Amino acid sequence: MKRIWAWGALTFGLLYFFLPLIGMTNFSLKMRRGEYSFDAYARVLADPKFQETFGFSVMMALFTILFGIFLIVPTAYWVRLKMPGLRPYIEFVTLLPLVIPAIVIVFGYIRLYNTSSWLPLTGTTTGTNLLLMFGYATLALPYMYRAVDTGLRTIDVTTLTEAAQSLGAGWITILSRIILPNVLVAVLSGAFLTFAIVIGEFTMAALLNRPAFGPYMQLLGANRAYEPAALAVIAFGITWACMGLIQLVTRFSKHTRAQR
Amino acid sequence: MQSDKTSVPAATVTMPVRTRRTLPLNWLGVLPFAIFVTLFLIMPTMKIVVGAFQTPDGSLTLDNIRGLFTPSIMAAYWISIKISLASAILGCIIGFGVSAAVVLGGLPQWIRGPLLTFSGVASNFAGVPLAFAFLATLGPVGILTVFLKTQLGLDLRLLGFNLLSFWGLTLTYLFFQIPLMVLIITPALDGLKREWREAAEILGASGPQYWRMVAFPILFPSLLGTLALLFANAFGAVATAIALTGSSLNIVPILLFAQIRGDVLGDPHLGYALAFGMIVITGIANTLYIWLRARSERWLK
Amino acid sequence: MAFLDIKNLEKVFGQNRVVKDFNLAIEKGEFISLLGPSGCGKTTVLRMVAGFETSSSGAILIDGKDVVSKRPNQRNIGMVFQAYALFPNLTVAQNVGFGLKVKGIAGSEADNRVAEMLKLIGLPDLGNRYPFQLSGGQQQRVALARALAPKPQVLLLDEPLSALDAKIRVSLREEIRMIQQQLGITTVFVTHDQEEALSISDRIVVMNGGRADQIGTPFDIYNRPSTRFVASFVGTLNLIEAKVIDPAANRISIGDQAITLKEPLGAAKVGDTISLALRPEAGSIVEGANGDTALVGQVMTSNFLGSVIRTRMKVGTAVISFDMFNSPGLTPPSVGETVTLRFTASDLLIIRE
Repeated sequence: MKRIWAWGALTFGLLYFFLPLIGMTNFSLKMRRGEYSFDAYARVLADPKFQETFGFSVMMALFTILFGIFLIVPTAYWVRLKMPGLRPYIEFVTLLPLVIPAIVIVFGYIRLYNTSSWLPLTGTTTGTNLLLMFGYATLALPYMYRAVDTGLRTIDVTTLTEAAQSLGAGWITILSRIILPNVLVAVLSGAFLTFAIVIGEFTMAALLNRPAFGPYMQLLGANRAYEPAALAVIAFGITWACMGLIQLVTRFSKHTRAQR
Repeated sequence: MQSDKTSVPAATVTMPVRTRRTLPLNWLGVLPFAIFVTLFLIMPTMKIVVGAFQTPDGSLTLDNIRGLFTPSIMAAYWISIKISLASAILGCIIGFGVSAAVVLGGLPQWIRGPLLTFSGVASNFAGVPLAFAFLATLGPVGILTVFLKTQLGLDLRLLGFNLLSFWGLTLTYLFFQIPLMVLIITPALDGLKREWREAAEILGASGPQYWRMVAFPILFPSLLGTLALLFANAFGAVATAIALTGSSLNIVPILLFAQIRGDVLGDPHLGYALAFGMIVITGIANTLYIWLRARSERWLK
Repeated sequence: MAFLDIKNLEKVFGQNRVVKDFNLAIEKGEFISLLGPSGCGKTTVLRMVAGFETSSSGAILIDGKDVVSKRPNQRNIGMVFQAYALFPNLTVAQNVGFGLKVKGIAGSEADNRVAEMLKLIGLPDLGNRYPFQLSGGQQQRVALARALAPKPQVLLLDEPLSALDAKIRVSLREEIRMIQQQLGITTVFVTHDQEEALSISDRIVVMNGGRADQIGTPFDIYNRPSTRFVASFVGTLNLIEAKVIDPAANRISIGDQAITLKEPLGAAKVGDTISLALRPEAGSIVEGANGDTALVGQVMTSNFLGSVIRTRMKVGTAVISFDMFNSPGLTPPSVGETVTLRFTASDLLIIRE
């Protein structure tokens, strides 16, 4: 009885998720009348705008990840090591982006960093890109910080630091050669998640007028019929790949840890 | 940082000196983070909050807030709240059901791993592509719409269903709300110890009694937390809504988007007020959550 | 007739018979321990009595009625778990009152019963605390009070002490025994700790590989183990290989030293090898002490354990440990020294498989 009910709930859940995926895949293959084809994909992939925006978003994602690592790993480490009392507050701050909508944050950026402000970031292309990257880093903050902090919890930060210090290591060495390698798996998990978020992000890029993948998809969706479905399949593939990579590195780390 | 290191041997002799001397240096370690958060999270938000109470020349006013109380803006807020609440509540219930089925329902263990991975993917598959997926499924020529019409004779349009409506958007949002719930609640369900159930049972409690008196109160804080999170998640979702409906559905994020773009409303300070209203609502949801959680968690450290 | 009667109980998990033909008759008010190593089936027996596992065959009768078909919440049994299993969201008083509440007992009757139980376990003022505010020992007492509050017919204790510190373990086990005797409640206690079982039980069931190897009083189990397993599991024991010299005269030899046993050797033939058991506390190297029998050997090690000194000596190929009570005037044997171990011949038990 209980099991029937359980299977029912699971089936409902699976149906809910697979129907749209089947729907979009099916639709993306129907560009040619009367038969299945990859025409929609070919059309999308050949579009120079696609290559341009996709490339832009990938670059943005990589920079965001690098920036996030440089910002968050030392901070999380330092808080764990020296200021554990600060942790609840930091945690609260890192969760704020989940509560304050992205559209509100980017609205603040536009008003705060416009050409007539004290920090006219939106005045130049580089400045706007920088601002967009900061925005992405803010969006990724809850995930990145949590991943790194969880990673740090599994190692004994204090002992490792003291051991390294007693051997004469400085802070840069400790962070780059001791702490980072030990939380690499956590950092990578956070990085892949950041990648998935940045690639599909629409609101910030659209409002800052940057040629990113998200706004491109939206634009295509408004004007074409079959290409959007193909794009959705591609985007889903990217998300899936990112999550798969997270699973992979986590499993890999468990494996090496078990050997130790 | 170097001076901090050299001060350590001396510190072992005189404790008070050490705390006084290294405290500022400790703060230095979190300074980059503090600057980043201040510049790109706190200040932009404050700018909106303050701007909502200012006239264009900087003096204090309540006119912007008053400007929100027009029928069209109130309607936008109302439908946004309804969609967010509906998708959050349904997401909680369905996600709980799926998670409970896997954790407690006696399903084979191997289902767990793939389900959690898949939930991770689905909860992150939001925004523009998600809208496309639903258009291809439940849109006018979507696979399900066509199937129901040709095979079962059910015309969704005649039945009053429209993807660009309250229910359409709610259904679409559920695609990422349910897996998010599954991701968050599965560890909580794992945390229910088998002994609690057995202890309740041997003391004479029935299944429903166990759920009402033990399991549900223990899960309550997590359930609430997830509900608040799902609500905020749906309330701020812009991309899915825009890609799905263009600007045909009058919800707050779309309104604000158009306002920022300068398409609809001329007055930028009304935009501040709109955004401020969004912060207030997600803020209320989360305060409510924190308060209820503190009340229900007296039994935790 | 026995109050709790377990007859021909069997449990099969797939290919595994984890409980085999288990029979046990417990009198009303008796305190029975199921003792054995992990995986011996003792917990499975307990969980079948509780109703959390269904038996593959056999009967469990409480007060003459078969309970096998009843669900756990209909059996009127109290149980204490290893990991306390207090409900974290309820106060101590609410935990203790849980069983009464689900039975529909409320008001002053329930309040009085809860207060009575809290007094019984010696924590009358902690009713409003939450479990996380209590120590492990206090939590386990509350768990005991919770199990006893609905006046169960049988109390089951599933390794209730193994999560606790050594000192609290001893004091709590004494308290459990006192409360059990005061209430006269029929109790089954599962443990892997032989000292625990010996100290508080009326009778002990030593389990091995899903079977009851021996059922008897602590005194019997310790002094007259019926199998090699029981002998080695309960207490410390020397197992010594010996050669039969003369079966008619009960003569055997250990490392070429001949000894006459009290027990008849039975069907053994000359040259056969038999196993003998000797408790470390049975012998002494003090001149003239309890000895009609002696073995000469060389000291290998000598460890000071506080109240006793445990010495290992070599007799031929056999290694024999023996304990001496500590006293300030004692000179512990030194390594390499040749000593004579004296004991009574009846302390040497023949272990038959």
